Amino acid sequence: MGKTFSEKVLSLKAGKEVQAGDVVTVSPDYILSHDNSAAIIKEFQKLGVKNVRSPQKLVIILDHVVPASSEKYAANHKTIREFVAEQKIPNFFDVPNGICHQVFSENGFALPGKLILGADSHTTSYGAFGAFSAGIGRSEVASLWATDEIWLRVPETIKVEINGALPSGAYAKDVILKIIGDEGADRANYKAVEFAGEAVKGFSLASRLVLTNMAAEMGAKNGYCEPDERTVQWLENRAKDDFDAVTSDPGARYEAVLVYDISSLEPQVACPHTVDNVKPISEVEGTVFHQALVGTCTNGRLEDLELAAGIFKGKKVHPRVRVLIIPASRQEYLQALKKGFIEIFADAGCIVLNPGCGPCLGAHQGILAPGEVALSTANRNFRGRMGSRDSEIYLASPATVAASSIEGKIADPRKFL
Amino acid sequence: MKKGRVWKYGDNVNTDVIFPGKYTYSVMEPEEMARHALEDLDPDFAQQVKPGDMIVAGRNFGCGSSREQAATCLKYAGVQAVIARSFARIFFRNAINQGLPVLQSEEAVDSIKSGEEIEIDFASGKIKTEKGVFAFSPFPESVLGILKEGGLIPYTRKRLKEKD
Repeated sequence: MGKTFSEKVLSLKAGKEVQAGDVVTVSPDYILSHDNSAAIIKEFQKLGVKNVRSPQKLVIILDHVVPASSEKYAANHKTIREFVAEQKIPNFFDVPNGICHQVFSENGFALPGKLILGADSHTTSYGAFGAFSAGIGRSEVASLWATDEIWLRVPETIKVEINGALPSGAYAKDVILKIIGDEGADRANYKAVEFAGEAVKGFSLASRLVLTNMAAEMGAKNGYCEPDERTVQWLENRAKDDFDAVTSDPGARYEAVLVYDISSLEPQVACPHTVDNVKPISEVEGTVFHQALVGTCTNGRLEDLELAAGIFKGKKVHPRVRVLIIPASRQEYLQALKKGFIEIFADAGCIVLNPGCGPCLGAHQGILAPGEVALSTANRNFRGRMGSRDSEIYLASPATVAASSIEGKIADPRKFL
Repeated sequence: MKKGRVWKYGDNVNTDVIFPGKYTYSVMEPEEMARHALEDLDPDFAQQVKPGDMIVAGRNFGCGSSREQAATCLKYAGVQAVIARSFARIFFRNAINQGLPVLQSEEAVDSIKSGEEIEIDFASGKIKTEKGVFAFSPFPESVLGILKEGGLIPYTRKRLKEKD
């Protein structure tokens, strides 16, 4: 009987053959945390040990509220910097660098076959590179810092086979929104989601990251795309460590195989207040909104900025709309700058903000008032997430967000391409 | 045996409505966290919750962020246990790691009305409601150990001490 990717990685890590449903005790290759490291430090200090067991495994990236917007946030960041120095943690990325998932990836920690755990639900992202990566809580990270050990249940796997080529106006974001809309927000709870098929092979790493990032919105423990030449090429000069790709066996047992043909996919929009409330653009066109966001760990990469810049070029943002552009990282920002995208955004009337999570989680940089509506490239639209509990969030691709920002209401991006 | 009054909610109660993201790095004191519990789902909850109350909900309770405060704020608000049709995986881990019992029972959820008083017998794995007695799946040994110590941090502390 063949095994799935997840069963194989966790077998290797556990040092014995395991299968879906087994519980293993494992030691991860990397442990990610961000601004929440301050709270994790507090928990760690209750454990009665002085030193982090494997400081080289920790990757700490400040991104949630950067630069600090209040004294409290500033104090948190300071606590983290002091801890990093005291524990000699080599992989620390301070506030200029960008969103943790992008910074973690572009610095070559997200590698095929690695086991990565992070104090963030979108840690599922690194599956785009063929890693096993899952989100955990603060107490678990604190405990991991001290013990270098954690229990995990080996997940069953759902395979999503995506065939066909994307039609004009549709992107990886539309694909994953369509899947989540069809399958529901808890379809993959406790499970792994393997994205396969010719379409995924044709996707850039940036687009694969959209799939694995949003696997979390189906409840998935981890997402996965099989590493290929594109992956290896992307990792060249980036990989922090040696790696061996792990792939599912041909006879692997899947809990379900879902088959999608995307060749006639319409742009998709997730409507308030759940990510699985997805409608084709034709059903929501004309919806008035007030704030747009192009950015986040889902859609703030160069290909997303390029897409948005192509639509904004020579156009003006609708006077009712505030458009926030947030490159996912400093590296992506720099490239966008060199390619002239930032100038296009500023010229169109967009607000270009520094790399970071920005207003995605409602902490700063563009909070919604009661009655306001946002259209965002983010991954979540839960009630109150970007501000008032009486505001609303729609989610879409960077193309849909850019096109709509020009019209001042949700618009079909195909008119602008 | 634990007795408590029920607050009942629907499916997909997410971490943003349990504990909004805007508070995650600014509200850290237990009492203040309790005051914001379920703020964007049910503003009455934090005002009226009493120690020992229980939450009963539908599918995928706690979906969304990995923020542990979603579990912690409920604990600080005095919630004794959460019973749901199913839990999102990170919330499930977080709740156990905070020593907050999370129980899965579709039948119990169906039978319980908001405001009724129910009883949980952890030893026998039973939930007693007005309509009957329902079983919940017992916790595995490892999880029981964490709950017994009151959460993962005290559990790990004890384990590290024993190793010394």
